[in-house]
Amino acid sequence: MAAAEVAQETVLIIACGALAREILALKRANRLDHVALQCLPAELHNRPERIAGAVERAIVRARPHYERISVAYGECGTGGALDRVLREEKIERLEGPHCYAFYSGLDNFTGAAQGDIDAFFLTDFLARHFDKLVYTALGLDRHPELRDQYFRHYSRLVYLAQSEDRDLLAKARGAARRLRLKFEMRRTGYGELQKFVAAL
Amino acid sequence: MTDSDELDLNALGDAELVAQMHDDLYDGLKEEVEDGVNILLARGWQPYRVLTEALVEGMRIVGIDFRDGILFVPEVLLSAGAMKGGMVILRPLLAETGAPSVGKMVIGTVKGDIHDIGKNLVSMMMEGAGFEVIDIGINNPVENFLAALEEHKPDILGMSALLTTTMPYMKTVIETLQEKGLRDDYFVLVGGAPLSEEFSRAIGADAYCRDAAVTVETAKELMHRKHNQPSEVGS
Repeated sequence: MAAAEVAQETVLIIACGALAREILALKRANRLDHVALQCLPAELHNRPERIAGAVERAIVRARPHYERISVAYGECGTGGALDRVLREEKIERLEGPHCYAFYSGLDNFTGAAQGDIDAFFLTDFLARHFDKLVYTALGLDRHPELRDQYFRHYSRLVYLAQSEDRDLLAKARGAARRLRLKFEMRRTGYGELQKFVAAL
Repeated sequence: MTDSDELDLNALGDAELVAQMHDDLYDGLKEEVEDGVNILLARGWQPYRVLTEALVEGMRIVGIDFRDGILFVPEVLLSAGAMKGGMVILRPLLAETGAPSVGKMVIGTVKGDIHDIGKNLVSMMMEGAGFEVIDIGINNPVENFLAALEEHKPDILGMSALLTTTMPYMKTVIETLQEKGLRDDYFVLVGGAPLSEEFSRAIGADAYCRDAAVTVETAKELMHRKHNQPSEVGS
């Protein structure tokens, strides 16, 4: 990338890899040429205790090169560790516990939480990578008998759709079938993520 | 593997058999673990010895490798399933032979949360360590915890949550215990992926337990303290 282009990017979003497509789409839609995106591996969600450290290292590396940094993570099960890092660094993150909440809209999600107790959520990202990040990561490809241990208390798979994509819809339906859960779709769009990116 | 390659567990000496059972537990081989348990019992081993030396020790190794990132959740679940197979054989025998009880625990997942994999592992490991465990399941409002405490009079209350949105309910349970003047009657242990020691302290629990192995060690330590320094209980 040419030096002149680098100089134009004064704001950095450090984001979970699960949000990469959506943030890039919002960046394009809002013509945010001054915003750069750096993603950390989405697989960190399988070891949430490592998220805060990874974000902190990314901030330290990026700090000299940007006027402003934002973090596109929810709390993401870090047990408060991510918020401690961000308080120290005086950096804001996406509000809410996780991407299901900020895609749904925080008020909607909090209100529906008890009613959704039996719901296993997929986003576009998880629908796209269901095989690798859910089915294989949980060992269900090798040991389908573990299905009940993971999912016996769930009754529905709720697909929170960010986009209108027939292929993803089919994948999400297929995921529900393989997990033997009822299928439900809610078209959320980008929810709070849209406001977060547009405000940069 | 062909039939002729299969290991004859009966042909192994006790020490070799126990080592093989540790391997079989590690590999999640339920039938082999059940066979091993039956062979040791047939050789005159006390059920409690089979439990501690073959099963619990095997799961301890599994726990270490899980903690260190060598094993992952699916493998641990398979190991746990294998141990469960052994426990089904041993449980009635342990009851008959009056195996020592280290203490009693009521454990459950809190209201709004249906996740129970971690809780189930803790229940099994605690039982393996000699605790009597009353597992009240998932999605428990405070009333369920209070009723179970009243009925079973345990030493320890264990609460589990997987969700950032449900873990604050642990505080509700602890505050209710405080209001009713019951808090000091129990050790309160909390666990679950999004929790931390800081959270545990903030809500007034006695300890945060990162995993099943830590829960067992913490529970034993607390029981030891209770028996040796009764005046400090609950302090």
